[in-house]
Amino acid sequence: MRRFFTEFAENARIAAEQIGAHKMRSLLTALGVIIGVMAVTLMGTAVNGLDKGFSDSLDMLGTDLLYVERWPWGGAGDDWMRYRNRPTFRTDYAHQLNEIILDTPNSALEAAVPCALSFRAIQRGGESVSNVYIVGTTAAYGYVNRADIEFGRFFNDTEYASGRNVIILGYDVAGALFETGRETAIGQDVRIRGLRYEVIGVFRRQGSFLGLQSFDNQAAMPLPALRRFERGNWHTHIRVKMRPDASIHEARSELEGAMRRIRGLLPGQENDFEINQTEMLEDTIGNVKTQIALGGFFITGLALFVGAIGIMNITFVSVRERTREIGTRRALGARRGTILAQFLMEAVGICLIGGAVGLALTVGLKFVFGAAVPAFPFILSPQLIVAAVVVSIATGILSGFVPAFQASRLDPAEALRHE
Amino acid sequence: MSTTGTTARARRPIIEIRDVERVYDLGKIYVRALDGIDLDILENDYVAVMGPSGSGKSTLMNLLGCLDTPTAGHYLFEGEDVAGMDDDELADIRNRRIGFVFQSFNLLPRATVLRNVELPLVYAGMGREERIERARETLGIVGLSDRAHHRPNELSGGQRQRVAIARALVNNPSVILADEPTGNLDSRTGEDIMVIFESLYRAGNTLIVVTHEDDIARHARRVVRLRDGRIESDEPVERPAPAENALR
Repeated sequence: MRRFFTEFAENARIAAEQIGAHKMRSLLTALGVIIGVMAVTLMGTAVNGLDKGFSDSLDMLGTDLLYVERWPWGGAGDDWMRYRNRPTFRTDYAHQLNEIILDTPNSALEAAVPCALSFRAIQRGGESVSNVYIVGTTAAYGYVNRADIEFGRFFNDTEYASGRNVIILGYDVAGALFETGRETAIGQDVRIRGLRYEVIGVFRRQGSFLGLQSFDNQAAMPLPALRRFERGNWHTHIRVKMRPDASIHEARSELEGAMRRIRGLLPGQENDFEINQTEMLEDTIGNVKTQIALGGFFITGLALFVGAIGIMNITFVSVRERTREIGTRRALGARRGTILAQFLMEAVGICLIGGAVGLALTVGLKFVFGAAVPAFPFILSPQLIVAAVVVSIATGILSGFVPAFQASRLDPAEALRHE
Repeated sequence: MSTTGTTARARRPIIEIRDVERVYDLGKIYVRALDGIDLDILENDYVAVMGPSGSGKSTLMNLLGCLDTPTAGHYLFEGEDVAGMDDDELADIRNRRIGFVFQSFNLLPRATVLRNVELPLVYAGMGREERIERARETLGIVGLSDRAHHRPNELSGGQRQRVAIARALVNNPSVILADEPTGNLDSRTGEDIMVIFESLYRAGNTLIVVTHEDDIARHARRVVRLRDGRIESDEPVERPAPAENALR
């Protein structure tokens, strides 16, 4: 046991000396490992960040919201025609739903709001923001969506009922239209398709993630006010808020039953509507993550493969250069295993240096990317650091084994005679 | 029986070689490098092994040093049969019982003198402090205490060979095996090395020196000559050349 430790210390020392004596050579050899470790850690930080950003965004969409509409999220695929032929989705389903909820004892649902959508330009003077996601809804929208107001207020029931032309602007929309400051927007008019709308509120800034929708680039107004320029129901949906203590399963089945009643579906008839929730988006993001991971694995594997061959090569060279030294050590009593361990440690040492440099570069790049894309949270987790170290050691052992084994099998007498 | 001060005690055999053969299989041909050798080396022998190239000198040297095993015959090292040992056992014998001195010194270039001398103790599994103490002591024997932290390339050839001798001595081996120890040195420096060997012999060590130089062999007490894989002659040296005199 003691012999093991003294030899281990000696071998570590030899490895350090050898690497130190051939700094340039070692660094160039480690390049493959550096790139490999960078690939694996950068990929990891990206996936971590994607996860974080995505779950933040889902919170924004509302994990306690069910979206009732014509289309399933994540694409219709080959069934496009089936969804296309479903009856038009109407906003008054929300009122019927609310009545059913009120009539149901211990309902798992709390409230439903209609959302009719229009994508239009909002103008003010010379400024214009095109293609704004404008939602026409009821006064309960703010409560259901937990959309906070930064300046002003949301519209009330009276304004909804009378269809007053008022609008609440998203943070970015207000910023683009009112250079004098968002708070100055309150009480001002904006125009949509020539109609005037009075700004009564500005949503609080929410931040966006990879182009997913956020309240920042939306606007909201009473549904009757929206109807003045948008008749279609192409994008109409209904958001239903669950009770906080209700299970998703319970809520979904209750909602499904209520919608079937409203739609007048007979038992055995297929649903002609869809209930979507944020969980379904997680499947979509899961695919993206898998693709990033696959790409990362491919690059990592390639880089490590090339790196491993380089290390194997340099270890062969090292064994050849030091054949006589191997003979001397064997004559002085080094066992085969000692020689094997010596060269393995050298290969592992180079890989660990490569891994450390790769990690350092990743940390550096993380800051650069973080500064360049502040919306994307890069996260370097401890697991990734452990993974980098494990990958480095494994590469060293795999690539160093064959030459190290060869070194350990050298005939001591012949090795001593080697020139 | 004897009236002269010292009584001749029976000396313990270190090495007993009986009818040893070493055949190299070179694919199409077999080379019989050693062809039936008998040789005994006793404690505190000082033997020179001589012979022209191709006589089997190097092969015998490898066998004596347990770097190789015979293809036939018996080799007893302090009573143990080396022929049946596995690689690790041979490594341990080399480590603890044989001290090697090579023609080209074979020091590790990047390690200090002290670390070079420590190396056999590392492979013996000795702790660091004890190792350093032993290595320093041994460096004192060859007169290089003040060079402990130099590297081999900062030393002269003679000094390097003295470091190698210290390395050979550090494990208190049963036998010191020197292969052309003065081959890379000028004759004056070579004589210095022989002075050290002489003092090691007088201190009771067992030495085997492989050489092709008569001048070197004359320092030994016994000369074994090889030819064509056999022992041609095995004779005591009548009047060993005292190494100290050669210095003048």
